[in-house]
Amino acid sequence: MTDVRAPQNASFRPSMLIYDRRYRSLTFQVIVFVLVMALAWWLVNNTIQNLAAMGKTFNFGFLWQRAGYDIPQTPIPYTSDDTHFRAAVVGLLNTLIVSVLGCIAATVLGIVAGVARLSKNWLIARLMTVYVEAFRNMPLLLWILIVFAIFTEVMPPPNAFRGDDPSASMILFDHVALTNRYTAIPTLAMTNDPGSLDLGARITFNWATLAFAAVLIGGWLARRAINRWAQDVQDRTGVRPTTWWMSLAVMTVPSLLLIWYFGLHLVAPELRGFNFTGGLNVQNGLVALWLALTLYTGAFIAEIVRAGILAVSRGQSEAAFALGLRPRRTMSLVILPQALRVIIPPLISQYLNLTKNSSLAIAVGYMDIRGTLGGTTLNQTGRELEAILLMMGVYLTLSLIISAGMNVFNARVKLKER
Amino acid sequence: MSDTHAQTVPFVRETMLPPADPPLREAGAVRWLRENLFSGPANTVLTILGFLIIWFLVSHFWDWIAHSVWNADSLADCRRIIAETWGEGARGACWAVIRERWNQYVFGFYPVELYWRPTMAFGLLFVALTPVLFSASVMIRRIVLVLTTVLTLWAMTVLGAPAVWLAFAAVVLVGALAVSERRVSWLLVFSILYPLMGVWFLWGGSAWGPVMVLMGPVLGWIAWRLLSGLSPMAAAVAALVVPVLWWLLYAGTAARDAEALVSLAIPAVASDRFGGFLLSITIGVAGIAMSLPLGIVLALARRSDMFLVKSLAVIFIEFIRGVPLIALLFVASLLLNYFLPPGTTFDIILRVIIMVTLFAAAYMAEVIRGGLAALPKGQYEAADALGLDYWKAQRLIVLPQALKISIPGIVSTFIGMFKDTTLVTFVGLYDPLKSMSDAVRASTSWKGIYWEPYIFVGAIFFLICFGMSRYSMYLERRLARDHR
Repeated sequence: MTDVRAPQNASFRPSMLIYDRRYRSLTFQVIVFVLVMALAWWLVNNTIQNLAAMGKTFNFGFLWQRAGYDIPQTPIPYTSDDTHFRAAVVGLLNTLIVSVLGCIAATVLGIVAGVARLSKNWLIARLMTVYVEAFRNMPLLLWILIVFAIFTEVMPPPNAFRGDDPSASMILFDHVALTNRYTAIPTLAMTNDPGSLDLGARITFNWATLAFAAVLIGGWLARRAINRWAQDVQDRTGVRPTTWWMSLAVMTVPSLLLIWYFGLHLVAPELRGFNFTGGLNVQNGLVALWLALTLYTGAFIAEIVRAGILAVSRGQSEAAFALGLRPRRTMSLVILPQALRVIIPPLISQYLNLTKNSSLAIAVGYMDIRGTLGGTTLNQTGRELEAILLMMGVYLTLSLIISAGMNVFNARVKLKER
Repeated sequence: MSDTHAQTVPFVRETMLPPADPPLREAGAVRWLRENLFSGPANTVLTILGFLIIWFLVSHFWDWIAHSVWNADSLADCRRIIAETWGEGARGACWAVIRERWNQYVFGFYPVELYWRPTMAFGLLFVALTPVLFSASVMIRRIVLVLTTVLTLWAMTVLGAPAVWLAFAAVVLVGALAVSERRVSWLLVFSILYPLMGVWFLWGGSAWGPVMVLMGPVLGWIAWRLLSGLSPMAAAVAALVVPVLWWLLYAGTAARDAEALVSLAIPAVASDRFGGFLLSITIGVAGIAMSLPLGIVLALARRSDMFLVKSLAVIFIEFIRGVPLIALLFVASLLLNYFLPPGTTFDIILRVIIMVTLFAAAYMAEVIRGGLAALPKGQYEAADALGLDYWKAQRLIVLPQALKISIPGIVSTFIGMFKDTTLVTFVGLYDPLKSMSDAVRASTSWKGIYWEPYIFVGAIFFLICFGMSRYSMYLERRLARDHR
């Protein structure tokens, strides 16, 4: 057998580094490596020189100094005597609160708007098109500013709710008051408070919260077990037992029992003096940011949902009908799993976008991590380098966690290919 | 019916009936209403809900829009006119603020006597874009260029441009029209030169700066030609190294010396005078023009076989995509002073453009990577089978198809980036949305005006972004090669 390859014993010449495919990629990578290292060295060297010239050091010790500023809305106890680190954690929690609330609401809104845009109803489809195009083609900052201005300029001050004939009234059966300073919403209260679990560092968890979490997770697991059992019975006998009432029971009854046991009830805000008390006074910055993020991201999610549904070919639903599946089961067994496969990856990036866009809290004065660590802390300590690097690290970690979590979910629903 | 005979049937019609009109409920508007709005109980409820929403919006905002005032000096003046015309307590929109502050919204704090310069740059931008965007039909090019010529020259005259520059603009615009009638690809030369020209028109100063920047590639080409006879390897290295050395070491001095010799300076305008839509469009256009090539390079790097190149691309893309643009803008405004050699001063708009470009390029890379992945493997194999090397295969076979697939994603990245230019307000630049509206409200005459500036700026952004998305749809249709 003749060997047609080039003779291997040719001596090495320098030009082979470029012309020989065996060495070329290596050469190129070495050059890139040297260049990147040189760039990194240059940047670090400059930074060291600049820091020295300014008489600054690079350390994160400032995080344990007294912060000395107040944060209007704190999910964990915080006073101005606490450290910058705790302020940063409060900021991070505020970022997470608005992001999670925004993701949930935007998903709901997006699904509704996306389905409505495909509706046979001409008017609804047009209205949703207007909504989607308006929000997709104007800057998010504009919507944040407009929603915030509606709250601060149009809503009445708290004292307008006062008197026998007030000029403003509460909405949702006297449970929510929209004022120009905050939105008063009801809180949950318990007549039979089980006390709290102390996690140290003045962070506490109410036992009732933990009990509800446990019951919900347990209910979900039980429902899975019931479905497995039903599948098992169906596989053996060909008849699927009716399970919806069992699922409903395991999902709701324990929670209802807990509500009854703890005496959980809503406490509506009440006007006392100049302000609402009793309920929770949510800063308008948070409400405006949340609404604007929801409306904006909802428009993008609507397009994703629409594209996902359109991506499932008509033949799929026709085939399902031909097999005798009813419309509901066609939707849940045939259309949705295929549409989800198309929907989920872009949906993940919308969640990531929403989380990152929550940093626009700067426009409404809501103290998220950009407002605490990257804002007041930075200004007070003058540690730009450390504060911004740390803040970027936090956002990066959040993004990686979200995309990792959603990728796991995506791996479960995506088309199983060989 | 077998026992029925013709004789027993009392009546048989022997003539054709004239075709009857369809029943009223199956024709015209009634049928359309029935099918599209009231096809069932659920749909009827939805329709009523839709009408309620429209009614809510109209009833709340109609009087406000109907009572618009376009001519007034201040908000108080506006309110007085509204009260006089429509009675006490009437609401109305005060668009007079847009009329009065139009220049500020468009040009920011740019010197009034130099307004013609950004206008000319904007007009010439369309000439530069013509061979790229409107290469398909001579008719579209003619419309675009004639409109551009007329509008640019008119606006420059109104803004008091010197006759020399008016003549320059006229020559370029009419010349472009003539060239585009014959060979539109020749206009690409202008497109390549335009960035330097645009920078010079906007910021002013000596023309020798851009010329010396342009000398870099020219010197590189000369070095390549000189050395390519001796050793191709040395020629390639020289073609890359010579321009960089020129820019770093000699370009600045050469520009200064040339300026001292022959002055080609026009009045310089500092970056802090930029604002409004001038700023947004400058950042947006620069970011769009630079992020696409950078995004392509990053996408190719991420799909590369070379481990190091691939890892660097992954790290870069994921890092940029993982942090908000605001954080990157803060890096531009606060941290670059740390990263650059001591004493370096560096224009803030340029820093912002770099950050916005990097940000958009990371997203662009992911979009293009999607297009590359969607391309059937057979295309890559066919390119290999034809014996094309990597760059030829990418340029002739892979990228044209991959970019075509990614057009919707690329354009939505552009749109997102253009919308994000409003965030520069947080590093102290005067974007049209927040900083400019705050500045307008800071004056006593327009204190307390919120909705009109927001609606105006939003409408302009909507026009530009909606236009871009429509253009991408047109481009998709034009480039479609499948027969569906």
